Order: sequence, then structure tokens, then C-alpha cells
Amino acid sequence: MIELDHITKRYDGRAVVDDLSLSVAEGEFCILLGPSGCGKSTMLRIINRLVVADAGTVRIAGEETTALRPEILRRRIGYAIQSTGLFPHWTVADNVATVPRLLKWPPKRVAARVDELLELLRLEPRLYRNKYQHQLSGGEKQRVGVARALAADPELLLMDEPFGAVDPVTRDALQAELLRIHRATRKTIIFVTHDVDEALRLASSIAIMDKGRVVQHAAPLELLQRPATGFVADFVGRQGLGLKLLAVRRVAERARDDETAPGQPVPLEASLRDALSAMTERGTDRLPVADAAGRRVGVIALADLVR
Amino acid sequence: MPVRRVLADPLMWVGLLFAGLLLGMNEFRPVLRWAFPQTVPVIYDRASFPMLFLAHLALVATASAAAATVGVALAVFVTRPAGAPFRVTVGTLVAIGQTFPPVAVLAIAVPLIGFGARPTIIALFLYGLLPIVENGIAGLEGVPADVREAADGMGLSAVQRLFAVELPLAASVILAGIRISVTIAIGTAAIGSTVGALSLGTPIFDGLVADNLPFVIEGAVLVALFAIVTDMGFARLDRRLRRHAVAG
Ligand SMILES: Nc1ncnc2c1ncn2[C@@H]1O[C@H](COP(=O)(O)OP(=O)(O)O)[C@@H](O)[C@H]1O
Ligand SMILES: [Mg+2]
Repeated sequence: MIELDHITKRYDGRAVVDDLSLSVAEGEFCILLGPSGCGKSTMLRIINRLVVADAGTVRIAGEETTALRPEILRRRIGYAIQSTGLFPHWTVADNVATVPRLLKWPPKRVAARVDELLELLRLEPRLYRNKYQHQLSGGEKQRVGVARALAADPELLLMDEPFGAVDPVTRDALQAELLRIHRATRKTIIFVTHDVDEALRLASSIAIMDKGRVVQHAAPLELLQRPATGFVADFVGRQGLGLKLLAVRRVAERARDDETAPGQPVPLEASLRDALSAMTERGTDRLPVADAAGRRVGVIALADLVR
Repeated sequence: MPVRRVLADPLMWVGLLFAGLLLGMNEFRPVLRWAFPQTVPVIYDRASFPMLFLAHLALVATASAAAATVGVALAVFVTRPAGAPFRVTVGTLVAIGQTFPPVAVLAIAVPLIGFGARPTIIALFLYGLLPIVENGIAGLEGVPADVREAADGMGLSAVQRLFAVELPLAASVILAGIRISVTIAIGTAAIGSTVGALSLGTPIFDGLVADNLPFVIEGAVLVALFAIVTDMGFARLDRRLRRHAVAG
């Protein structure tokens, strides 16, 4: 559990983070969402002490972050940023190995971990291990950046708009990858973005920030249905609210388990929005539903989406 | 290296030419006699050319090693948070060192510390500092901000970040500064012979004094070849460094 307790950071007398408190449960995928300049990156960097707060405390699993030397703290926290910051003079493998080597893991364990992570991020180790960043596409760099952040199995992962600079198709794939990794590892993630759709897709909870404060911290569905202030309502968008609601609800919530239908099934984990899209595409009002193992477990119908 | 690559290597040929002239200048005696029938002797004989070269090399190596060490250390210092307030001062001081002509530095140094190699080394050192400090700062500041942020974020200590990330990424820019500095030093070291430091410049000045043109030519050709060979060596080192450090 991460607790941010009355944090304030001023630049030139102006509070960029203003008496901010937030608590993130273990295993949560928490999104800091807000307009550009509202203090999201600053808040994230206070957690790993790249920025020193003027007031307030950060506790990770009950322990204040100031109890450790900054380097030691940071080796326990994964950090991925939009521009990746890959070390251009090191290979992909060396980049991913950064923190394990700082932690003095034996070379064999490092090498095995590097391959494991490259596979997790769907980068064939044999092809990518020895490449340099200038030989990678934007999406591949971002995958390496995420692999590097995960390398030493950190208890907490901080991500600052990691997919902000890649094209929409790649971003979509990377988001799916990250969701898969989160489900598989149950790591606590704090993820900064200003993109509402990205937040709705990924979050288990969203903290909406405005002028250095958290104005509402809630599950995506609640945020859409009961925005605490006009700012929240405006920011998550009154337009297309119905589609956004579909985006945050899973097929599992509405599927009927006593019926069957023909055709390619949609997964239980898919959003209702994906189901609607598939129905529209195929010109049908009923789709079969399958569980993670691929077994057909029921049906979702058009009427289920709006009930 | 395969034989073909060795034969096609210009550095090897120029290096051979330089070594050949150092060791076998005597072979040119008939040619020089024919070209300068009035002049005796035609081959510089007050010291052997290999000796002069070694003395010249020692001057340049000592001064440049010191300039590189101090210059890079200064560049590192002023690009750390603790040294940032000194950045402007260091830049100014080093630039002043550069505006003094080396002859003037020699003229000031000799009355203070006497004749010989030492004032020459001091002049070369002061003169060689500027390009190294300048390039050192440019190289270190050229390390992309996100790479530095990532290094900190991964948990590298300040020292680890400097040696594992910043210096390797700045290496080719730093090396370019050292290359300029050393090349200037090779030319400037010749002037040291005016204050009694032995170097490949000695035949040049003796030749000017004694009105012996062959001496001047012999010294000038060797100094030039020395500078060219060194510069080519640096070019090769630079290609090695750059192979993978393609930033951005
Ligand atoms: N090092 C700094 N010095 C001065 N101002 C800063 C610094 N870092 C951030 N700021 C200012 O703080 C505000 C919040 O920045 P940031 O946390 O990066 O916002 P966000 O990530 O939400 O876009 C901005 O107005 C920015 O200009
Ligand atoms: Mg930001």
C-alpha cells in the first residue's frame, strides 16, 4: 500500500503539488489523470524522490521513503517514462539488466531474467537481446523501457505517460500488454496520463488531479456515474458518456451463462464496448463468450449492454 | 587483420613514412646536396632525429595528459550541482589561458622557472586546456535529459551515473577536444626550442639562426608528419567510440 500524506511541492513560490493526499491499495492499477501541468509528473517523481517534496510524507508498505538512501529506494521501484531514456550505448539486454546488476545479481540469473522479460514484453530475445536503441521502433523502445522497469521485480511500478509518444495502434497493443502483465503479476502500478480513454481502459482506480490536488479518487465507473465536481464531469467528458461507460464495464458483468451462440467468442475480460464493436462489425445482436482458457461459457446480447 | 586491409590502411602508410624519415633521413643526403649545393651540412647533426622525436613526444604527452586530466575533471566538476556556480568563472579563466599566445606564456614562464622543458610544458598545458574543458562541458551537457533521468530513476548513484552513462556518452565529444588540443600541442611544442627545450622544432630554429634551409625543411616535415599521424590515430579511435553511441 502506498500512502501519500499531505504532500506539497512549490516551484518559485507556486504550489505545483498542493497538500495532496492519496492512498493506493496493494495490487491496484491507479491512474493519475489530469490536464497538462496539473502536477502529475511532479507527484510521481516525489514518490521515488527524483523530486524532493517541501512538505508531507510518502509511505510504501508503511515505511517512509526517506528511511532509505534514494538509490536504494529507486532500485525497488520500477520507473518508465514517455521518452524511455534507454541508454543508447548499451544493448537491449544491458538496458534491461540495469537494476539487477546494480543489485549485484549473479550474471546467470541476470541473463535468465532478461530473456524472461523480453518474452513477457513479446520481444523475441534471440532477435532483440543485442540490438541498440537506434535499431528499435518507438513501440519496441517502449517495450524495452517497461521491461527495464520490471527487471528486478519491484513492488511498485511508476509510469509517466509511457505510451504518449507512440502511434494509436501500437499504443493499443501496449495497453493490452500492460493489462495482461498487471493481471499476471498483481503489481501496484501508478500510471500518469492525460488521456481519458487510456485511463478508463487501464485503471482499477483513477485519481483526477487539478492544480496540484486530487479532486476525486474512485473506480472508473463511479467517476463516470457520480463525478464529484463539475471539473471532473468536464474532464472525463459529458460527450459520449454512454460509450465510456461501456468501455469500463466487462463482458463478465453482463454475460448469460445458460445460452450458446455460434461464431468467434469474445473473452470475459473484454469491455462491453469491444462487444458492441464486434456485434456491429458482424451484424449480429448475440455473441458467444469464452473464459481465459477459451471455453465457451455463455452469451452476451445487445439488450444486455443497455440494461 | 587480413593483409588486404592492412595494405589499404592510410594510417599505416603515413606512419611508415614518418618512421622512415626519422630513422633514415641520411638517405636523402645526395638529394639535399644536389638541391642545396651551397649549404653544409645538409642533414641536421647536433642530435639524432629519433632523439628529437622522443623529446618532442615527451613534451606533448606530459602536457596533454595533464591538460586532459585537469580539463575533463574541470568539465565534470562544473557540470555537477556542487560545481555549477563555478561554471562561468572556469570558462572565463580557461578562455584567458587560450588568448595568451604561447610565446607570451614562454616569455613569462622563463624568468620564473628558468629555461628548458618545464616552461614549454606549462605553456602547452595552459594552451591545451580550453578545447578540452569546452568539449568536456558540451559533451556532458549533451547527454539527453531523459537518459539522465532514467539513470537516476533506476537507482544509479551519482558516481555510477557519471562513469557508466555520462562519460561514455560524452566520450566522442571529449575525445574531439583532446584531439584538437594534442594537435595544437604538437605544433606549439616546436616553439619550445626557443627556450631550450629539445624537440623536432630544434632543427627549425637552428636552421633559421644558421641560415640553413635544409634543417628547417627537415624539422618542419617531421613536425607536420607527427601531427598528421596523431590526428589520423585519433580519427580511428573516434570511429571506434561512435560505433554504437548514436544518441537520440
Ligand atoms: N523543475 C521545475 N522547476 C520549475 N517548475 C517546474 C519544474 N518541474 C515542473 N514545474 C512546473 O510545475 C507544473 C507541473 O508540472 P508537471 O508535474 O510536469 O505537470 P504534468 O505532469 O501534470 O503535466 C508545471 O507548471 C511545470 O511548469
Ligand atoms: Mg507530465
